[in-house]
Amino acid sequence: MQKNCIYLDNNATTKVDPEVVEAMLPYLTDYYGNPSSMHSFGGQVKKAVNQAQEQVAALLGADESEIIFTSGGTEGDNAAIRAALLAQPDKRHIITTQVEHPAVLSLCKQLEKQGYSITYLSVNHEGQLDLNELEASLTGNTALVTIMYANNETGVVFPIEQIGVRVKEHGALFHVDAVQAVGKIPMNMKTSTIDMLTMSGHKIHAPKGIGALYVRRGVRFRPMLIGGGQQRGRRAGTENVPGVVALGKAAELELLHLEEATARERKLRDRLEQTIIATIPDCQVNGHSTQRLPNTTNIGFKYIEGEAILYLLNQYGICASSGSACSSGSLEPSHVLRAMGLPYTILHGSIRFSLCRYTTDAEIDTVLAVMPGIVERLRALSPFKNDEASWLQERSMVISH
Amino acid sequence: MWDYTDKVLELFYNPKYQGVIEDKGEAGVKVAVGEVGSIACGDALRLHLKVEEDTEKILDARFQTFGCTSAIASSEALVELIKGKTLDEALRVTNKEIANYLGGLPEAKMHCSVMGQEALEAAIYNYRGIPLDVHKDDDEGALVCTCFGISDAKIRRVIVENNLTTAEEVTNYVKAGGGCGSCLATIDDIIASVQKESATPVSTSANHSNERSSVKPLTPVQKIALIQKVLDEEVRPVLIADGGDVELFDVEGDRIKVVLQGACGSCSSSTATLKIAIESRLRDRVSKDLVVEAV
Ligand code: FES
Repeated sequence: MQKNCIYLDNNATTKVDPEVVEAMLPYLTDYYGNPSSMHSFGGQVKKAVNQAQEQVAALLGADESEIIFTSGGTEGDNAAIRAALLAQPDKRHIITTQVEHPAVLSLCKQLEKQGYSITYLSVNHEGQLDLNELEASLTGNTALVTIMYANNETGVVFPIEQIGVRVKEHGALFHVDAVQAVGKIPMNMKTSTIDMLTMSGHKIHAPKGIGALYVRRGVRFRPMLIGGGQQRGRRAGTENVPGVVALGKAAELELLHLEEATARERKLRDRLEQTIIATIPDCQVNGHSTQRLPNTTNIGFKYIEGEAILYLLNQYGICASSGSACSSGSLEPSHVLRAMGLPYTILHGSIRFSLCRYTTDAEIDTVLAVMPGIVERLRALSPFKNDEASWLQERSMVISH
Repeated sequence: MWDYTDKVLELFYNPKYQGVIEDKGEAGVKVAVGEVGSIACGDALRLHLKVEEDTEKILDARFQTFGCTSAIASSEALVELIKGKTLDEALRVTNKEIANYLGGLPEAKMHCSVMGQEALEAAIYNYRGIPLDVHKDDDEGALVCTCFGISDAKIRRVIVENNLTTAEEVTNYVKAGGGCGSCLATIDDIIASVQKESATPVSTSANHSNERSSVKPLTPVQKIALIQKVLDEEVRPVLIADGGDVELFDVEGDRIKVVLQGACGSCSSSTATLKIAIESRLRDRVSKDLVVEAV
């Protein structure tokens, strides 16, 4: 395994910040008490959990009592959706989008089988929603609208507050999967329309297996995990204390760096993207040009295939992604890019580069230096050279005996 | 990352046979091209063969591949496997051999080896002037997986050749079922029907191979009787459905002489019929050393 890679896959996961490691270590060694215990040994630990709650709340502009620690994004999404449905048993309609993370989409598919009706809002070729379509889908029967803040594959950011206003007019609950957006977009739950918001630790330089769910005070919440009375009955189970402490520290650092780090990432990302587009023919950026996370670019290279690009990049120690990591074993191109209606020439050859505050100028230089050669090399191998090249479509059903 | 063998990575990083072969009109040499896949599927391969007309020997081969690491490595492996072979010898290359040459492929990537074998066949059929879509209207050629454009015939064939028993395996080998998944039930049905069809002949052949390997080899009379039985029960019905027929003429040791009739006698695909439909079936059922010739 390479250690010193050029890591441009930060939307998949991030490096744990050394300060975060330092903060959590004592809770794996010296301070191993149970935060629910009555003795002072446990009490010390309880304090650390409370502090982490404050740190996370500060990053979200929320109150610490509104933070529930979870095991990560998937649990947060599942808990929020199920809670919203349990709290309003009479309402049987959910609105989401076609480009959500599988943590939301797969659950919605399952709920559909259980009799819920689900509206999957479409996106246009820039990955944006049509608010009229949302408006037309909202009814008195809508229990929940669950929409991601920013897309993990393209970085496209949805107009969350504009959506929230419409959702509130119809009396539905509003859940936002903000796993990709937290730490990259300033959040203020005090002035927001969001009822519940999911975040995940390992996308913001905390370890994997810890996350948080914001639940607005006053929103009726039915827990998914039932057992002891931890987290005021809203999520049973002894807290993952080292993880919780780590998440708190990571949130504190994220807030500290947010402005300057995102400005830097945006500059690096723009240089990467613009130089690639300017120097390599037949490629395009997938997703809206401005309503996008500052750290993400998804570029489609025509006539070549994503995995082959990744393996060649890997030779130079460069880590990127060809779609979302969770679905990379699948045979079909990314559901997000497909929902955007991109042509097949782009779909199969799209690469996502996602940056973080550790990304350097020199790393971007390296990518820019090797990328043209990689694309040229694979195009020399490819039978497709231009857009008429759907030649094989007809012939894909070969001889049968 | 996939768990690719060193051989896969070596061939992917250093392909030697990429490119095209142009037909320069050299005397005694013919260039043929075979294409499979599509940009929609995410895999496509165009194979160029340079064939010496007299001997039907593959003098050179090149590929153009759109696809992943293992698709490119499979194309390279294919060329390395077939260079110098005659077309008949090349036709016997299976997707398994391509995968073995690579030291194995991840199960989910077996379809890359299948694509290599199909492109080879397409190129040889083109060389021989056999239209690619000759069976398109057959019931057997019905489209099963619309996501990836995979026919019933192709699924059957990959099941038989690779002893597949689950729909998941079929997806790994030909992609069918790997999209919306709505064809998975049909794939299960096809697997069941292939298993049913093969149940009797397989046990027959198992019995015979036991006889062959354990106690006594087939006597000449038994061998002829078995050949006749396989021809009558497994080969002729297929040929008759295509407007042709076959008759056993003589057996000389391992050389089986047959007469092709009807459409099979005149059709330009008769060599392929001999090799694929008859010879390989008899090799499977009777003895792997058999050679079938038309008289
Ligand atoms: S029809 Fe086969 S996967 Fe969709």
